[in-house]
Amino acid sequence: MLLDRSRTGRSGRRDRDDPIVNRWALLAVPPIAFLVAFFLIPLIVVSLRSVTDFPRPAGDALANYGRFFDSAANVRVLGNTFWVAALSTVVCLALGYPYAYLMNIVRPRLAGLLLIAVLLPFWSSLLVRTYAWQVILRDTGIINTFLLDMRLIDEPIPLIRTTLGVMLGMSQILLPFMVLPIYAVMRRIDPEYTRAAANLGAPPFAAFRRVFLPLSLPGVLAGSLLVFVLALGFYITPALLGSPKDTMISQFIASAVQQRLDWGIGSTMAVILMGLTLTVLFVASRFIRLRDVFGSFEES
Amino acid sequence: MTDSWRQPRRLLLVALGALTVFFLMAPTLVVVPMSFTASNALTFPPEGLSTRWYEKMVTDPQWSTGFLNSAKVAFLTAILATVLGTLAALGTVRGRFPGRGAVNGLILSPLIVPVIIIAIGMFSVFVRWKITGSIVGLVLAHTALAVPFVVVNVATSLRSMDRNLEQAAQSLGAGPVRTFRRITLPLILPGVLAGGLFAFITSWDEVVVSIFLTSARFRTLPVEMWEQVRQVVDPTVAAVSTTLLAVTTTLLLLAFVVRRQAPAR
Repeated sequence: MLLDRSRTGRSGRRDRDDPIVNRWALLAVPPIAFLVAFFLIPLIVVSLRSVTDFPRPAGDALANYGRFFDSAANVRVLGNTFWVAALSTVVCLALGYPYAYLMNIVRPRLAGLLLIAVLLPFWSSLLVRTYAWQVILRDTGIINTFLLDMRLIDEPIPLIRTTLGVMLGMSQILLPFMVLPIYAVMRRIDPEYTRAAANLGAPPFAAFRRVFLPLSLPGVLAGSLLVFVLALGFYITPALLGSPKDTMISQFIASAVQQRLDWGIGSTMAVILMGLTLTVLFVASRFIRLRDVFGSFEES
Repeated sequence: MTDSWRQPRRLLLVALGALTVFFLMAPTLVVVPMSFTASNALTFPPEGLSTRWYEKMVTDPQWSTGFLNSAKVAFLTAILATVLGTLAALGTVRGRFPGRGAVNGLILSPLIVPVIIIAIGMFSVFVRWKITGSIVGLVLAHTALAVPFVVVNVATSLRSMDRNLEQAAQSLGAGPVRTFRRITLPLILPGVLAGGLFAFITSWDEVVVSIFLTSARFRTLPVEMWEQVRQVVDPTVAAVSTTLLAVTTTLLLLAFVVRRQAPAR
């Protein structure tokens, strides 16, 4: 019925091959229903809990939000999350851009190996990788044991439960999300452009800075956006490598829900985190095509 | 245009690249030799060689049931996510319907929504449906997280395939179902299989949602590891880590090989 109507109801501009709804569309129904039931509804329920779950009766639907912003410690968690996410983005960019550039100029076979070096860790367990950092950084870990044995230090230097530790772990895990979008954009830059700049007398670095770098900026923006947004939601890594001082939003949500059983404040924080994520994506979508961000993973 | 002054800059770039590869790989790989230590402490380099921590992993019921649970959940997730993801890819790549952009957004959003929000959301809903602490709840949850990876892989195969082959089959009298089964499916099979492997890996390594949806009686390997990592320093965790890594890496390489089999683009 639906199909028939769409065919007869087509505008004059559309031809038979381009109906408003075609038969293939029906195949998308089961997966959409599945995601609505088991993914979208849970998200909606969380959002609702932030205005319905109160530890004691409250007249104001936004009482949880008031409660949240009244506490300076809560606001500090927000600030810290932003700070750590921004730092991770900067570290990933500093390492990721030269790496993507290298991938772009070496022979295809070597570029393939460099790509695997990015993809293997990208797909390996985040928990295992964080655990490995724990083994390396802790007071009885590899670095401290080595330095103590060499008698370079007398007592373990604090590496774990520091912001430095969190940064190391997070930027290692997030680096692929920076490299892949940048590389995808660089690969599309026509080498003739830089060659033309060189032929016109530009020294190599000027050709890079004036021609190649501006052309690669969409990749830089896409990668930075992706790393920043993903960093905002990190949980395992700051929980295992950071100090209570480094608490991030996700840890706050988990402890509110698991330990304090305060679903009101936990879901309020979840809505705030969700809002931040969507705001960053929305603002970014005015400058870049979000498709490019996710598209780079289709090619890799 | 002399290249000579450029040389040091290129050398610096290569050095930085090598350092980055080291930063990406080495810290994780360090647990592999350490898991074979003979001593009770985790040291690097390991003291003596032994497989005792692997023996403990296999014989200790906590770890071994965790291993089996993880394998079951990941296997079922891979099947369900592959079916749903392939349907979604066919529906969104070939389908024409209003709101296609929104549907694409919904399908990809599990990749971008912070996982802790997904975890507490699923927990509060699944508790009411009484499917927490069970294999059913976990498979449904992991499937939602894994579907995007299948869709991305199958969609890539679909876009690169030659649709003239389907028209040829149909003009020779094959019906839509037969055309799909004999022409389309074989052509996109590499994408489907790779997607299934990625779905398996997604479930196999998943921790955060699993922490909320499992119980003391039903735990997966990563959740068991999460519980232990925060309390004890036991080399068994290094053995478990190595096992998780080995499985993931094997399946990942398999996925790359499978995708290479894709027909010429």
